[in-house]
Amino acid sequence: MSGYAPQTSQTADASAIDIHSRAVAYTCGDCDSDVQLKRGEPIRCRNCGHRVLYKKRTNRMVQFEAR
Amino acid sequence: MPAPSDDVLIERKKLKVGVETVSNQQSTDFPGHWPGESHEWDLNHFKNNMRIEFNHEHANKLDLTFSLIGIDTSLANALRRILISEVPTLAIEDVFIYQNTSIIQDEVLAHRLGLVPLRGNRDALRWLRWYQKDEEVPDHEPKSDENCVRLSLNIECRWKEGGLEKTKQGVTDPDELYENHNVYARDFSFEPWERQTEKFGDDGVRSSHPDILVAKMRPGQHIELLMHAFKGIGQDHAKFSPVATATYRLLPTIDILKPIVGADAKKFARCFPKGVIRLDKVTSEDASAHEECAGKEGDAKAVVDNPSLDTVSRECLRHPEFVDKVKLGRMRDHFIFRIESTGQWDSDELFLESIRLLKVKAARIKRGLRRIDALVQ
Repeated sequence: MSGYAPQTSQTADASAIDIHSRAVAYTCGDCDSDVQLKRGEPIRCRNCGHRVLYKKRTNRMVQFEAR
Repeated sequence: MPAPSDDVLIERKKLKVGVETVSNQQSTDFPGHWPGESHEWDLNHFKNNMRIEFNHEHANKLDLTFSLIGIDTSLANALRRILISEVPTLAIEDVFIYQNTSIIQDEVLAHRLGLVPLRGNRDALRWLRWYQKDEEVPDHEPKSDENCVRLSLNIECRWKEGGLEKTKQGVTDPDELYENHNVYARDFSFEPWERQTEKFGDDGVRSSHPDILVAKMRPGQHIELLMHAFKGIGQDHAKFSPVATATYRLLPTIDILKPIVGADAKKFARCFPKGVIRLDKVTSEDASAHEECAGKEGDAKAVVDNPSLDTVSRECLRHPEFVDKVKLGRMRDHFIFRIESTGQWDSDELFLESIRLLKVKAARIKRGLRRIDALVQ
């Protein structure tokens, strides 16, 4: 039987912990302050309560030819 | 058949500039043109006639003007073209952008960085070798300290102390409010690796024009990137060209056929840029020799002072009183060469390098011809 297979409880727990512990940094659209959000948290600036947050650019390298 | 006199030879070398026409442009010093004259190319003749004269008034290492005399246009033009597109220089080729939150887009920023002229220790630059970008090529060599110069740029714009308060007071001058809001070419830092540290020493790779504005930023914006510079030639991309421009123009000639005196002389002088026409006094000899000068002893008389300053605007030919009194022209074998370097090499070094490259090309043709000869026999 194929299709949906529930994950074993052990691995599910591990990934859940992993996801919850990783905070992602955003920038507030109103006051420009840094906002660290974890999964499931309300999307809201801690400083001013504004509900629009911007994701930051990654630090991943991009290569360009200077031409 | 008698050999032509010097006057005739000079007249042959003159391009004639008319009101709306230019004539006698073609050079005629080749075999078969003048009956009974050889004009065969001769090394000794070339050695004796070819001259280089420097104009010391404008002595500048990066902007050199000199006269190349007694040389054919094909040679002068070959040197000019080699200067522009074949003398190698170092320029930024690869840009690795880690962070760029400024408003200038990554690819535009990379392009701007590529165009920044670089300079550094000349012996070390000469020591650098080519980097072959195409990895498929059989003699491809990986990037090493011998073919790749690394530079980095890491800059972040911040508020100055008290900047926020100043904005509230209505100050808008960015210089008073922010730090690092202008990113200049001087903000690059040289990252020597392996032998480069020792080779470049104190004279590391940097921009030859530190005030080039690369980008503008506002507080919170950040640029972090690495650059790889390689040796290349202008044929590949203009950023590798060692000169802002290399040009030549022919020496203008102004022949005053009949004396121009009095108020006319002043008007005549005004037809040319400053320094081209000098005003002398009419002497007693002039007065007796020319009917135009009779009884005008001591008046102003137009004399050609420095024709090389003339722009050949032909303004004097617009005035009917001068049309028959003056003949404009250019010397076909006198090139006023101007080499403006971008700063990596001095202009004189560039000119010598262009001659060396021309010699290399000639040697290559000679080798090819010899091979054809060998095949035929």
